[in-house]
Amino acid sequence: MIWNPTKECMSREQMRELQGKRLHKIVEYVYHNVPFYRNKLQEMDLSPADIQTIDDIVKLPFTTKKDLRDNYPFGMQAAPQSEIIRIHASSGTTGNPTIVGYTRKDISIWSECMARSLTSFGVTRNDIFSVSYGYGLFTGGLGAHNGVETIGASVVPASTGNTEKHARLIRDLGITGIACTPSYALYLAETMDKLGITKDQIKLRVGAFGAEPWTENMRTEIQNRLGLKGFNIYGLSEIMGPSVSYECDEQHGSHINEDHFFPEIIDPVTLQPLEPGQTGELVFTTLTKEGMPVIRYRTRDLCSLLPGECPCGRTNVRMSAIQGRTDDMLIIRGINVFPSQVESVVLTMEEFAPVYMLIVDRVNNLDTLMVQVELRPDYFNATLDTPAAISELEKRFADKLRSVLSISAKVQIKAPGTIERSEGKSKHVIDKRVLY
Amino acid sequence: MRIKQLSIFIENQSGTLIRVLELLGKAHIQMIACTIADTAEYGIFRIICSEPDRACSELKAAGVAVTISEVFAIEMNDRPGGAADAVKAFSNAGIEITYMYAFLLDGKGIMIIRTDETEKAREVIKSQGLPYLCEKDFIR
Repeated sequence: MIWNPTKECMSREQMRELQGKRLHKIVEYVYHNVPFYRNKLQEMDLSPADIQTIDDIVKLPFTTKKDLRDNYPFGMQAAPQSEIIRIHASSGTTGNPTIVGYTRKDISIWSECMARSLTSFGVTRNDIFSVSYGYGLFTGGLGAHNGVETIGASVVPASTGNTEKHARLIRDLGITGIACTPSYALYLAETMDKLGITKDQIKLRVGAFGAEPWTENMRTEIQNRLGLKGFNIYGLSEIMGPSVSYECDEQHGSHINEDHFFPEIIDPVTLQPLEPGQTGELVFTTLTKEGMPVIRYRTRDLCSLLPGECPCGRTNVRMSAIQGRTDDMLIIRGINVFPSQVESVVLTMEEFAPVYMLIVDRVNNLDTLMVQVELRPDYFNATLDTPAAISELEKRFADKLRSVLSISAKVQIKAPGTIERSEGKSKHVIDKRVLY
Repeated sequence: MRIKQLSIFIENQSGTLIRVLELLGKAHIQMIACTIADTAEYGIFRIICSEPDRACSELKAAGVAVTISEVFAIEMNDRPGGAADAVKAFSNAGIEITYMYAFLLDGKGIMIIRTDETEKAREVIKSQGLPYLCEKDFIR
């Protein structure tokens, strides 16, 4: 099902024309309302009149997370405070949080994008839908909530935490859909196992998973354990929140709501645009945002834009799964390593639970990488009851890791339940290196 | 002919051993013999006990990585060279022993032998007339 065929199935020429018009308008708007952008454009000797078509976007300056932090709290806001009806803040673990104000129109567009996403996942007004992203400053909870209300399904604002109660509600209310992080979905499955709630006692059929990178193997695992079909939903608070892009039934990339969010892929080092299909840093320009519009915002997410038409009928461009973060990237012995690469290997091994931890250290001026995984109780059997068998398993895992990472890692197999699970975004790296 | 042994994966750090032992104690499982095959980071804790099936499910329910392995329990002659005689019977038949350990039960020396060559081992025990113990000998 398609929520808004006019916008989701527009011809490419019409879309580019619409994007061009909207880009001109948004550049004019920020030029007159955000000193940060006016100064930048003036420095580059650019005026809004220079931006007429979507192809002109490459003339514009980039915006970085640092720019947003430096202008904390309201320096990037374009609309007057009286027009702002909601304020979210992104996590500020490494400095000032990013404050994002939304006007009534922003919230309405966000709800529309969220409704497009949920409809694409097959959610209808007949569903009972649990939103298990955190409610609060994080955009996940309220963003998804508004979308569910927009399509008219019954929303259960479960939020995160109190997972046992949530698991019982899923069973008792016959909840059919859930939005949460993929790691929370697995945690929920573990909690259900602990409570003795089985797959045939629940009615979940749709999962909207996002807010952290995940893999196809993780999808299979969640689908098998919860008996639902899991869809990717992507977003970030600097641009809007969840529903910047969403999967369709084809599950080959996520369609971007590009009438509102214009995507580009650039080389994170040279900052030059890359060809469709090439992997690089994802950059977004908000084409219609009033509260806090951003021009060419560098997301630090690595992915590619997929060329070609999608059989689902939507014409808006698709992005691949996020393959890593430019800032999650660990440089170990000079090699770029992404935690998501380790995850993809862990998930191919049925002996291990889907949790892992990378521990990076420096011993005698040499970087070391240790990967911890957990033995899954069901897969510990009589053939594994000798140290030789366990070390054989370690070696098999280490070999797979080396072929994916291109560097060797020490492997440590841990007892069940000993690696910390998180209810929000998973933490997968401990970097002990002290660099001078 | 074989008996059930618990094999438990534990990490080599303080607190892990006592956790397993306390769980068994609470479940009123009587330990008869045990041994640990250890490495720097983890160990395989092997236990002969009363009610191994119940012990296994109690530990599993507590989230412990535990499994049942089947092993042979051979009674040794109580004199110098008794252990060698028992092992020789296996090694003469070309049977690879994965691991072994021994203990005293009611004054008798018992040797636990784990091998993947189960059928060959059964034949050796029968043809050599090695005295062996069954599951019921461990009921307490």
